[in-house]
Amino acid sequence: MSDLIDAPSEGQNAPEFSVSEISGAVKRMIEGEFSHVRIRAEVGRVSRPRSGHVYLDLKDDRAVLAGVMWKGVVAKLRTQPEEGMEVVATGKLTTFPGQSKYQMVIENIAPAGVGALMAMLEKRKQMLAGEGIFDQDRKQPIPYLPEVIGVVTSPSGAVIRDILHRLRDRFPRKVLIWPVAVQGEKCAPEVTAAIEGFNAMSVGGAIPRPDLIIVARGGGSLEDLWGFNEESVVRAAAASDIPLISAVGHETDTTLIDFASDLRAPTPTAAAEHAVPVRADLLGWLGNIETRRLRSLQSGLDNRRQRLRDLSRALPNPAELVGIQGQRLDVLAGRLPRALQSVAQNKRTRLSQTSAGLRPQILNQQIVLKKQSIDAVSRRFAQGAKTQVSQIRSRLDGLDRLRETLGYTATLKRGYAVVRDDAGALVSNAKTAGAAAGLDIQFADGHVQLGAANNHKPKPKKNPPPKPSGGQGSLF
Amino acid sequence: MTQTPVAEMSFEQAMQELETLVTQLEGSQVALDDSIKLYERGAELKKHCEEKLKSAEEKVAKITFGADGKPNGLTAADE
Repeated sequence: MSDLIDAPSEGQNAPEFSVSEISGAVKRMIEGEFSHVRIRAEVGRVSRPRSGHVYLDLKDDRAVLAGVMWKGVVAKLRTQPEEGMEVVATGKLTTFPGQSKYQMVIENIAPAGVGALMAMLEKRKQMLAGEGIFDQDRKQPIPYLPEVIGVVTSPSGAVIRDILHRLRDRFPRKVLIWPVAVQGEKCAPEVTAAIEGFNAMSVGGAIPRPDLIIVARGGGSLEDLWGFNEESVVRAAAASDIPLISAVGHETDTTLIDFASDLRAPTPTAAAEHAVPVRADLLGWLGNIETRRLRSLQSGLDNRRQRLRDLSRALPNPAELVGIQGQRLDVLAGRLPRALQSVAQNKRTRLSQTSAGLRPQILNQQIVLKKQSIDAVSRRFAQGAKTQVSQIRSRLDGLDRLRETLGYTATLKRGYAVVRDDAGALVSNAKTAGAAAGLDIQFADGHVQLGAANNHKPKPKKNPPPKPSGGQGSLF
Repeated sequence: MTQTPVAEMSFEQAMQELETLVTQLEGSQVALDDSIKLYERGAELKKHCEEKLKSAEEKVAKITFGADGKPNGLTAADE
């Protein structure tokens, strides 16, 4: 280009930008060019920080676009974006110079067509079913005759009218209407608040706590009914301690609240029919049962009276009963003496049979035998005794003879004498004899008294008069 | 036999017991003394049911809300 000064490189004379300047330029250009775009995409990662803004990725199979929704926009959405949802997002593109990024500021985001909504609905249903929220065993029975019915619906319109009409026809009740938006972004939070609000009422509170809740809405498009598919509504319905009937849309419309409610009514009118019985029917029943009750006691008494009559007829004549027994007694009494006789006769016969065998010969035989043996024994005894006695006697004689021989009397016969003093003591030497007052001398054939003292002794008296004999007597 | 005081019974409970009781009475399987007791309880139950049926008054009210969005009262429903 210039041949005067060598150009170091091409384009060096281009104006220099600061980073901020170029970032600003890009921002202006992008925001100018893409100030309003509609983008069809799949929702990628969604993050919801506490600020209330929502950050999400919009993507297709090749590219990702970061997106942001400000808090105010989020609140107004009819359907909240969820990962995997097919959506159409409306908004503008902008850059975030601080991080060299560009992103979309989303002003509205909606599921891309009915198919996408249905797919999302199905996914949510699966998730809630997986938690057991739709389980049959969670369902509470609908009260037979509720005192107060809480109706969550739009305060104006055909739905509440239909319900009230049908209730009036069947059984007029106290009805509390909790007004809610039944479509649009307010629908879900308001319905949720209404279900929770009824449950939060206390039984004796200023506002009577309903014992049945009806959540109702007329028919509409899938989008119209969408609020009743929202998770918060479904969870509130499932958690309700008060039994809940759902009647959303027409018979063919099914929303998720219908799975969570205790009873699903196809229409609001049907909900009212499930809610209360027909009063007239009950009055009829009551009249009928009262008639039956009154009649039952009377008929019970009548039946008993009849049975008593029947039974007493069937009762046999007492005289007859006694008569028959009396007859039996007579017959038996007649048989009694004969029976005794025959018993005695039998015993007698047996006795004589038995005693016939009892003969004295049998005993005698025994006696003879025993006697013989006794005789033999006594004979042997006598024999033995005799022998024994003669032996003992001859031994005794022998001993006596021996005694005689050893005793002094025999000695006396051979000429010896026994000398005693007047006291009867034996005198065995001359000294003692000299000292004695008197002496008694015994010979074999008698005693001889010497001295004065012989009268003292009785023994010498008994003896024959002393007869001097032997050498001893001659000593005095 | 249930000894729930009749006044505490719901309409449905009273109704069911009354039905059972009358059927029992009609069956005459009950002792006479018991049947008189049943009969008398039946009268109570009938009265209770009747009262519940009489109290069929329609009262429709709409909930009103305070500034905090909480229900604070009732107003007549403008049907």
